[in-house]
Amino acid sequence: MSDSHSVESIKKHRKIYVSVFVALLVGTIVTVLLRKVHFSAFWITVTIALAVATVKASLVAAFFMHLSNERKAIYSTLLVTAFFLVAMMYIFIHARTDVPRGTEFPTKELPHTQNQAK
Amino acid sequence: MDIPYTVKARPDTGLFNAKLGIWLFLASEVMLFGGLFSSYILLRVGADPGTWPQGLLNIPIGTFNTAVLITSSVTVVLGWSALQMNNFAAYRKYQFVTIVCAAAFLVIKCLIEYPEKFTHYEVWLADGKRMTGHVEGNPYFLTDKKLKAGNVESVKFTPDARHYNDPPKPHDAAAGAAHGEAMQIKTADIKRLSAFVPAHSTYFAIYFTLTALHGLHVLGGGIVIGYLWGPGARLWKTDPQRYTNRVEVSGLFWHFVDLVWIFLFPVFYLL
Repeated sequence: MSDSHSVESIKKHRKIYVSVFVALLVGTIVTVLLRKVHFSAFWITVTIALAVATVKASLVAAFFMHLSNERKAIYSTLLVTAFFLVAMMYIFIHARTDVPRGTEFPTKELPHTQNQAK
Repeated sequence: MDIPYTVKARPDTGLFNAKLGIWLFLASEVMLFGGLFSSYILLRVGADPGTWPQGLLNIPIGTFNTAVLITSSVTVVLGWSALQMNNFAAYRKYQFVTIVCAAAFLVIKCLIEYPEKFTHYEVWLADGKRMTGHVEGNPYFLTDKKLKAGNVESVKFTPDARHYNDPPKPHDAAAGAAHGEAMQIKTADIKRLSAFVPAHSTYFAIYFTLTALHGLHVLGGGIVIGYLWGPGARLWKTDPQRYTNRVEVSGLFWHFVDLVWIFLFPVFYLL
């Protein structure tokens, strides 16, 4: 948080908090309405939904958590965290193409769905 | 002995100790939820086409809970800034709303959303047919094993209009809510019966793992904020700056809980 704790500065910040709150609500509505739109490919829906979520999360982090104006010690901590997070996610995703021999997938043996409630 | 740097900033970090402490804790939380999100991605992309359940969660309730958490996030930060302006009464009002929101989120999750899943079933019949729906009497956690152990000959099953793996029909706008005609199913014809519990599928296993873990965070955060709002507020009279710092630290945790939900909501409810 900024060191300038004057009443004027705090009041200015409070207006920003309310604006971010409205933006988060709008983002939520956009995400829900997105479900009604049928894009040509599923990945487009996923990309847009996650992009909106990322914008919302960035607003929370930047303004509610004051990361837009923080100390170097916190940025350093988060930089290290981001590195290990990406590394961990890479290892997880990489595992998809590195399945141990003999692994069985019972879902493949399940019978195909048939229509119900006809 | 006084604990150092509870109010003043440490010269080397420029922060009071609890603030750096909560950020280090949040870093560990990022790794915890990051690992589970990675698991979700792995399970999702690894699922065979048509085997990943979709449209089984209650979107209006999920949307409402999202709004509840967002509201609680803004009241936390407004409460903290009220303390910075020495307005303790305003802080109490804002944080009261936060505590109500935390309680509302948990009540909706535990008393509406989860029980809905515990009484919603999928049945695999011996002839290969699969249906989702409700068993007469809305029992909790019924399984084919329990039916056989109880020597139940048959169950009355009301199927949903369509199975989650079937493509939606153009005229079937309210497919999730509509039901087919009730039918009597013999226990001998049931290959498997499961409610939408973690044992149902990898989808529900990861759904309950992530949302329950998030719910525990809401509970923990709510307790801490509630303590600071109630008995912990005595510190305001003796050391207001230290109290304000405590509120800021609890707020940072609360915003993180909100941030996690911002990703959980679209991933589970909408995609």
